Amino acid sequence: MDVEKQATLAVKSAEDIVRIRREVRSWAVESKFSLVDQTKIVTAASEIARNTLDYGGGGQLALEKVRQGERRGLRLTFSDQGPGIPDIQRALTDGYTSGSGLGLGLSGSKRLCNEFYLESKPGVGTTVTLIRWK
Amino acid sequence: MDQIPIMKIGDCLLVSIQVDMHDQLAISLQDNLTTRIVQTRARGVMIDISALEIVDSFIGRMLNNIASMSRVLDAVTVVVGMQPAVAITLVELGLTLPGVRTALDVDRGLALIRRLIDDEAGS
Ligand SMILES: Nc1ncnc2c1ncn2[C@@H]1O[C@H](COP(=O)(O)OP(=O)(O)OP(=O)(O)O)[C@@H](O)[C@H]1O
Ligand SMILES: [Mg+2]
Repeated sequence: MDVEKQATLAVKSAEDIVRIRREVRSWAVESKFSLVDQTKIVTAASEIARNTLDYGGGGQLALEKVRQGERRGLRLTFSDQGPGIPDIQRALTDGYTSGSGLGLGLSGSKRLCNEFYLESKPGVGTTVTLIRWK
Repeated sequence: MDQIPIMKIGDCLLVSIQVDMHDQLAISLQDNLTTRIVQTRARGVMIDISALEIVDSFIGRMLNNIASMSRVLDAVTVVVGMQPAVAITLVELGLTLPGVRTALDVDRGLALIRRLIDDEAGS
């Protein structure tokens, strides 16, 4: 996969989540995503950014414009050095929350993207990768 | 911190969300609305989200909370103006708004609120 453009954004505050939504939107527009696809990737980014902040204790987002053969898209990699997720299967279940959420962030974002990868190790941290192809 | 204005029209409160809210702003809106419903004895709450470009689980939870709280305080909640792309995304995210009634625009929203209040008065 080729990376055509790259930026790193902090995920340290509620304002950062707003900034990430704005930035992902502008990259999706630039990549000529349809309005619905823009909305899907921005919503997924908002969900995972909030998890990174609330559960991961903050972290960062690597935002990339990628190309694979003829396909172009956006890859979002959120990483934190927080407590990690002990049971990934359970975390990915619709409705599971360890807090007071709706438990839709991970499972819902997975549905909103074309590719979704979740890596997590207790005590080490969590990395969530989202790809949406145009 | 900036706040979202709450307008009073007759016995209804109207909130028009014009900015991309960060999480604390959404929470303070929820709190302010509850206070205002009590203060003004409002019977209806209309939330215009036509300017919102996304609704994620956090905003969805806020809308659900507002609806539950206003019900306890004897007011009905109607959300108006959800953009089609937002609605499509909400469904795929898996988010439902069980206690929230929706209408296409402000006019229809007000009509719906009137009907809901009258229905309650009649029953
Ligand atoms: N970065 C992370 N670090 C540690 N735990 C996490 C992380 N992201 C998610 N989790 C765990 O996975 C659970 C499910 O996350 P998910 O986003 O699906 O739901 P939620 O955040 O609890 O609620 P919602 O997103 O609907 O408001 C969380 O409750 C939390 O326990
Ligand atoms: Mg979440």
